[in-house]
Amino acid sequence: MATESSDTDWFGDGSETGAIRGRLFAWACLGATLFGIGMVMILLLYVVMDAFAIGQPNTAPWLDWGFLTNATSRFADEAGLYPAIIGSVMMMGVIALSALPIGVGAAIYLEEYAPDNKLVRFIEINIGNLAGVPSVVYGLLGLAVFVQIMNLGMGTVIVGGFTVGLLILPIVIISAQEALRGVPDSRRQASFGMGATRWQTTKNVVLPEALPGILTGTILALGRAIGETAPLLMIGAAASVYSPPSGLFDRFSAMPRQIYAWVGMPQQEFQYGVMAAGVVTLLTVLLLMNASAILIRNKYQRES
Amino acid sequence: MSGEQPTLTTDGSRRSLKESAIRAVLFGCAALSILVTGGIILTLGIDAIEFFTRVSPVDFFTGTDWSPVIRPYSYGVLPLILNTLLVTVLSAFIALPVGLAAAIYLSEYASERMRSIIKPGLEILAGIPTVVYGYFALVYITPFIDDYLFQVSTFNALSASIMVGVMIIPMVSSISEDALSAVPDELRQAGYGMGATKFQVSTGVVVPAAVSGIFSSFILGISRAIGETMIVVVAAGQSAKMIYPGNVDEVVVSSIETMTVAMVKLVTGEISADATQYKAMFAIGITLFAMTFALNLASTLIEMRYREEYK
Repeated sequence: MATESSDTDWFGDGSETGAIRGRLFAWACLGATLFGIGMVMILLLYVVMDAFAIGQPNTAPWLDWGFLTNATSRFADEAGLYPAIIGSVMMMGVIALSALPIGVGAAIYLEEYAPDNKLVRFIEINIGNLAGVPSVVYGLLGLAVFVQIMNLGMGTVIVGGFTVGLLILPIVIISAQEALRGVPDSRRQASFGMGATRWQTTKNVVLPEALPGILTGTILALGRAIGETAPLLMIGAAASVYSPPSGLFDRFSAMPRQIYAWVGMPQQEFQYGVMAAGVVTLLTVLLLMNASAILIRNKYQRES
Repeated sequence: MSGEQPTLTTDGSRRSLKESAIRAVLFGCAALSILVTGGIILTLGIDAIEFFTRVSPVDFFTGTDWSPVIRPYSYGVLPLILNTLLVTVLSAFIALPVGLAAAIYLSEYASERMRSIIKPGLEILAGIPTVVYGYFALVYITPFIDDYLFQVSTFNALSASIMVGVMIIPMVSSISEDALSAVPDELRQAGYGMGATKFQVSTGVVVPAAVSGIFSSFILGISRAIGETMIVVVAAGQSAKMIYPGNVDEVVVSSIETMTVAMVKLVTGEISADATQYKAMFAIGITLFAMTFALNLASTLIEMRYREEYK
């Protein structure tokens, strides 16, 4: 067919082969990707500038030692995040002791024990769906089960921990499952060959191998937990507490809850100063957690 | 038998007893997830049914007036649903194209170096708490739109939707990218063998081959937008406006109230646990749960289908 055609028909210029269109498409895809990232980076830059009052020579930085050690206050200059930081830490403790063992246990069952039957497949699909249930619905569940039925008290540390723990449970299970799946089957076979039982194999061979992966996943899940706000609103976490909770059955506030409480303050100093400082503190904690997760992952990858 | 080291032959029954006990405990952990689902349906359902004995479901689902605290009380959920859908549609305009473009770029075009920059960047977006996004929308995006583009109210649907859209980009792009990467390389090679350009292979071969995975990422993103709470609570306001075809443009720049906002507003409103308002919260909650659960399930089923195709 093309015997008569000249060389130019084979390669043509850019417009004929679609090279220009292709390059435009590639650039458009890159541009779209960078749009989302870039926009948030600019917003992050703004919030850091506001928190440290950069460019406002007459204002002291909002995020300073006093902010981290004071309780919240009506006066912007004196407002701090201390009780909310302690509240967040205590809530994380409850989550770590309740949700993580259950989540890892469920993952072990699904990966190491479960037969391939309808019930197990149903559980797996259910876990996937639970991961997509809105956090405000978990808050409503916590309100109904832990506050109304079990009477653990409105807005207490333990209710907050249990509620947010349920919320991150599917995430913990899914990430732990991935870590367990990464352990080569030959290790299990070797252990079984030595006469070990399933639990001995799991405990002595599979879990140590999967531990870095599980740890990475759970730290990321805890990072998600520390930023959750909607469930805390639903279970009645306090808007402002002036002293940190002293026990699990005390009312508490948490960092994101405190930030949301400041949204309601009409003064500019709160909107652009105190709140920015709170946001930067929260994001710093998150960043530290994510960085440690990445460090664990990298160390593990280098070894294997 | 009394030795420290249990042996294979003598200690069998105790071993198997311990084994099955552990197995039962682990199964309990996994089964808890079903209990959670059941718990959601049951606890929300009971209070919702209680609500529907006082307010008829027909009035609830077709009423166009939402006024739970100001007399005369009325519990028409329609404005809340429409406001929620407005935010969902607007945010989808941002998240779906951008998320897909990012997925195509990462899977087909990006160099190893670019990937190593963009992927963590997207992961950072996914890790930011939504209350922070809400704060961004309220104090930076809204003033920006108001100063440089057109007039908007302090609380408005547009800024909130933009932030919701940006928030779900990472989710859409990461699931879409999984789907695109799962397309076997033979299909691409076949395309190139036919003389197709990279653009033609990407848009004509790879994207259609991965369409079910992409579609499932879109559904999940939409489900996420429907259930998003803190961004809209902080930035979208609290006025349940009924949307009609004629006033969509006005509603976009003004304050609205989504289903999630209404729930938060009711729970923080100091009402007794017996009040109809309190029960209304559960009625909205189970409606929201039903909507998102149906979408999530659809997405899971679609994804399972496409996984089988290339295995």
